[in-house]
Amino acid sequence: MTWQPVMTLTQGNKTFENGLVALQDVDLSINQAEFVSLVGPSGCGKSTLLRIVAGLSALSSGTLVWGEGDYQPEIAFVFQEPALMPWARVKDNVQLPLRLGGILHKKAEAMVADALRLVGLENFKNAYPRQLSGGMKMRTSIARALVTSPQVLLMDEPFGALDDITRTKLNNDLLALWSQQRWTVLFVTHNIYEAVYLSERVVVMAASPGRIVAEILIDEPMPRTDGFRTSVAYSHYCCQVAEALSAAMLGETVPLKREAASG
Amino acid sequence: MMTWLMITKYFQNMKWQPSLSLEIVAPAAVGLLALFGWEMGVRLTDTPPYLLPGPILILQTLLKDWPILFPALLTTLKITILAFVAATTSGLLIAVLMAQSKWIEKSLYPYAIVLQTIPLAAIAPLIIIWLRNSVLLALVICAWIAALFPIISNTTFGLNSADPSLRDMFRLYKASRWQTLRYLRLPSALPYFLAGLRISGGLALIGAVVAEFVAGSGGTNSGIAYQILMAGYNLEIPRMFAALLLVTILGIIIFVVLATTSAALLSGWHESSLPRDR
Repeated sequence: MTWQPVMTLTQGNKTFENGLVALQDVDLSINQAEFVSLVGPSGCGKSTLLRIVAGLSALSSGTLVWGEGDYQPEIAFVFQEPALMPWARVKDNVQLPLRLGGILHKKAEAMVADALRLVGLENFKNAYPRQLSGGMKMRTSIARALVTSPQVLLMDEPFGALDDITRTKLNNDLLALWSQQRWTVLFVTHNIYEAVYLSERVVVMAASPGRIVAEILIDEPMPRTDGFRTSVAYSHYCCQVAEALSAAMLGETVPLKREAASG
Repeated sequence: MMTWLMITKYFQNMKWQPSLSLEIVAPAAVGLLALFGWEMGVRLTDTPPYLLPGPILILQTLLKDWPILFPALLTTLKITILAFVAATTSGLLIAVLMAQSKWIEKSLYPYAIVLQTIPLAAIAPLIIIWLRNSVLLALVICAWIAALFPIISNTTFGLNSADPSLRDMFRLYKASRWQTLRYLRLPSALPYFLAGLRISGGLALIGAVVAEFVAGSGGTNSGIAYQILMAGYNLEIPRMFAALLLVTILGIIIFVVLATTSAALLSGWHESSLPRDR
């Protein structure tokens, strides 16, 4: 694994027009091919931070630097909702980023087929979104994000609306894909267990104003297996993230911790 | 071409079921009962036809006067179609223009509302005077004014209703303004636009009839409203009712055609066209 920062945010502040301070003095660095989760209570600025990284929202102050020479890598975003175009079939939804990028139809078709194969939806390419289950819609959304072969994958609570069984299955699928493709992933979630299972590092945020209060390294081999979910180490990491989160939700001032917990 | 293919496919997929469902039988029974009651009431009270003709007399008059009424109906239909096409095209273009910026929308929208609120019967004489050399154009403009607003209003609303996450995604992939319009905003607006068309179709017909009333022009190219007007003057009340019946049927046909087109274009993906479990 190359521990080279792909993105560095320094003293990031975001204040909305109504005066709400969404982010205050946020320092965050993400390494190449790293899987990082952002966990925090509602309104702590997780999604705002993700949108700033995606370029969908601007910083009020602070700097965001991409890798060496500030060359921005190919970014893909998976939203909380599948955000599919209901009038378009699965293949057309997945093809959209390529169409917007002006990639020729024939080449795009092959890329769409590859992306659909990755998420196991090759047999549903002609279906409309309404004909898919919640999990399949989210897979389509992930396929659309993957079709451009991104280097950085930003995911905003993508599995939040799914049932536990589907969520677990998609967690495993995502990790398997990540192991193959080695994107840099920034993953926003409310779910501590999901964050610990998926990530190499969990960043805990507090609200009012939104800030980072803890960073916990999950020092376990990747990709994770189902055995990890029942291990003592997993419980230990979950407890550690939960404690940091509880402190953040109670509004306690927590000194920023960057540590590798002893599993 | 694509639209035509979709409509053709829709009709191919439609399964015509000859079964007499409650939805057809119930209103038909009510209608027949009302007609029967009307006919009996007229006969039993010996009401003269110049006050209220019975349905049978109206039907007989319709058949007898068909050579006069049908060409008049075609004239009104021509005005309605021209006004409807003009309203659809201009309404869509204006809505797209307004959706480009809040400033353009704020600058133009009040005038669209003014068009909606001015009573057609009040403005029609002016238009007819201004365009006295072309009565047809004057009538089309009157009907266009009546039909325009629902298309502008609905389409603008639809263009601004695109899913915010999808908008973000288009921004993320640096879509051009044209790409966002073509691949996101126009498809998002389609259901709203089609709902506007259904309202506008009826309004174009009403606008055409009102304008014909105001114009009161006769001759070979007179519309159905002129026939209603003349029948009223001459106390030919059965013919008046027959003409009214034709206008009503035309209105229903316009609505059915637009509703079917709408269902065909939305079939397969939009909530309004999907079957529901009961």
